Amino acid sequence: MSRSSSFAPLANSTCIPWAEVPEWPLAELVRETSADLERGARLCAWLGVPEGAGTRLVAVIAFDGDNTLAAARSFPAAGAYAALTPAHPQAHMFEREVWEQYGLLPQGHPWLKPVRRSAGAYPASGEFFRVEGREVHEVAVGPVHAGIIEPGHFRFQCSGEEVLHLEIALGYQHRGVERGLAGGPHRATMSQMEAVAGDTTIGHATAYASVMEALAGEEAPLRAQWLRLVALELERLANHTGDLGALANDVAFLPAASACGRIRGDFLNLTALLCGNRFGRGLVRPGGCRHDLEPGRLSQLAGRLGAALVEVEQAAEWLWDAASVRARFEGAGTVSPSQAAEIGLVGPAARACGLVRDVRYDHPAGWHRLAQAPVAVWPSGDVFARARVRWLEIQRSGQLLREQLGAAPDGDIRSDPGPNAPDRLAVALVEGWRGEVCHVALTDAAGRFRRYKIVDPSFHNWIGLALAMRGQAVSDFPICNKSFNLSYCGFDL
Amino acid sequence: MTAFLEIILRLAVWLALAPLLPGILNKTKAWVAGRRGPPVLQLYYDLARLWRKSVVLSTLASPGFIAGPAVAWVALAAAALLVPLGPAGGALSFKGDVLLLVYLLAAARFCTAWAALEAGSSFEGMGAAREVSYAVLSEAALITAVLSLSVQSGSVTLGTMLTPPVGAGAALLAAGLFAVLLAENCRVPFDDPNTHLELTMIHEAMALDHSGPPLAVILHGASMKLLLFLVLLSEAVLPIRQLPAFTASAALAGTVLSVTVGVGLVESLLARFSFRRVPLLLTTAFLLCLFALLLAWKGGAQ
Repeated sequence: MSRSSSFAPLANSTCIPWAEVPEWPLAELVRETSADLERGARLCAWLGVPEGAGTRLVAVIAFDGDNTLAAARSFPAAGAYAALTPAHPQAHMFEREVWEQYGLLPQGHPWLKPVRRSAGAYPASGEFFRVEGREVHEVAVGPVHAGIIEPGHFRFQCSGEEVLHLEIALGYQHRGVERGLAGGPHRATMSQMEAVAGDTTIGHATAYASVMEALAGEEAPLRAQWLRLVALELERLANHTGDLGALANDVAFLPAASACGRIRGDFLNLTALLCGNRFGRGLVRPGGCRHDLEPGRLSQLAGRLGAALVEVEQAAEWLWDAASVRARFEGAGTVSPSQAAEIGLVGPAARACGLVRDVRYDHPAGWHRLAQAPVAVWPSGDVFARARVRWLEIQRSGQLLREQLGAAPDGDIRSDPGPNAPDRLAVALVEGWRGEVCHVALTDAAGRFRRYKIVDPSFHNWIGLALAMRGQAVSDFPICNKSFNLSYCGFDL
Repeated sequence: MTAFLEIILRLAVWLALAPLLPGILNKTKAWVAGRRGPPVLQLYYDLARLWRKSVVLSTLASPGFIAGPAVAWVALAAAALLVPLGPAGGALSFKGDVLLLVYLLAAARFCTAWAALEAGSSFEGMGAAREVSYAVLSEAALITAVLSLSVQSGSVTLGTMLTPPVGAGAALLAAGLFAVLLAENCRVPFDDPNTHLELTMIHEAMALDHSGPPLAVILHGASMKLLLFLVLLSEAVLPIRQLPAFTASAALAGTVLSVTVGVGLVESLLARFSFRRVPLLLTTAFLLCLFALLLAWKGGAQ
């Protein structure tokens, strides 16, 4: 498949010289990308790099079946071009973003609207798609919500209880992460990376560290890679458990809701045991990790992990055994496999549509090259499937951790990565608990960041939630939303 | 004069005791979930707090925004006075008072929905629409239950009507009225009183824009309605009123308490239904009451 691609291939967590990235006119890049996406590739990142008066577009695609990534770029361009979105809807948000940031106008984009701002200011409220008709009513929810959650605006077009269309407006948490990274890395960069999405601290920190290591041409010590795997899977366990509890809470099924909420805390405390912070801040650094697991703490972690896994099994049993819960989950918010592939879903949301799509399996890097868990897939694409995939991943991550805690490599946990190589394009993918975390860095002649692009899994998946709500009861929105559980700050950047 | 005093006294008992029930309910749920939970008297604290607060009023809302909850509360208090309390009977009792009871409950619902629409918010509109849609079915079930009691006793006065059937009739009526109680009081599996998600609310959505004393009145009215349905259910199913006075009072209190705990257990162990399944359950409740009616009718003829 990829042999016929004219993109420059590269592996996950590696870099290639900027000069070796094939360079085409913009229309050609769109054509080539379109051809590769038709061959089964997936768009990981699509970004603009300002140069002179124009902007270069860079496309990073993934051939999951061939376990390889590929990159290409355009000549600096300005003005309009024929959009990629009509043929490949998975590009829709990327093209809107590049248009918003650099003014490259994708002609033929079906819904060209800013991603994070409107009328020059954040957030992106403003014009919404409207369904006309006397029977149609509009429901606006947010950005201030009743729960303690992040801000986002949801505009429903309803006919009675049925949702005809949902449009999601974000940008309320925009804080200029990407723009602040230009010229970096700065002293604050590492901390900012850990806060791109606070619940995916390990995921984003690992992606950033991998990018830095790729640019320095040096891998982290094996023991550090092992520690990162442990932390990443603990993060997955905590969040998936919390999600199952939140789903139970939204259908007012209290036993599982209360239990999962508590057990999530147990998993977070294991991360705290590892590095002193419940969300894993301060653990992952370029070149390695800052905290080691001595034998004493290792056995303590293994013991507490086992106990928490037993408890989560019990709580999940309550959830799956309750007919009233299944009645709510089944058939709610269904996304078909073809829709999922078309819009480029990632993570558990994609796997719940039957797509075998897991960076740990497709593009393994770090310790995941040596230790893998089976990909958790469920075919039905509804809330039930998304909950079920989470439960399968809890079991498989638990199993993986149980095995790996006894297989720790010896050695240092930290090396000193050298300076960044100049004029390189580095790409790192990490399967965070929510899906594919993608970091792309381009260095300038001095080895500083010329452009740094972060693609949180939420960037791909928000449209999935909007599609899942089509034809659903508006009262089922909370469980559909919870079943995706997407990040606002990871999207808003 | 004594009659007047008695009415005042009874009203005071209703008003004072009603907010206890949600506290017991929440305590039961907390106990099942292994939490300590809010104090049993939490609703009293909340009411006192809300009563002291000022009201935030939309400039667009008509006086109905305030009048709605007030009229609804008065209607519920009046309905409460009609319900016989065990051996003491009803404070007001006359032929056909049961019809007034049904109408007062409907009036209370109308006023709450009216006040909800006054806010002009899409949430409250949805809440009101849902409330009145489901009321069509739950009222049918309630009226059928009333009919079956009336046929059973050959009376339309609450005081003499509440001579419950025995055997299958009582079981049917108990199941039907319990479902109606859950639906009318917005409990799981019909509604989730604890949710913060506006899109899924029914009763809570109607009160979203109310604050201060009007909200207190809505909350207190809801607790009175719960007590009213608990008392009705107990007396319609168990032969409490044929017992000696003291035993009857104790039995009534005990039944009300245990049904409250039962509601708490249902809420703890059952997930909420999706809206499209609610009519199914309410229709079932209606059919249960209908069969109780058939039993009372044909069974009595034999």
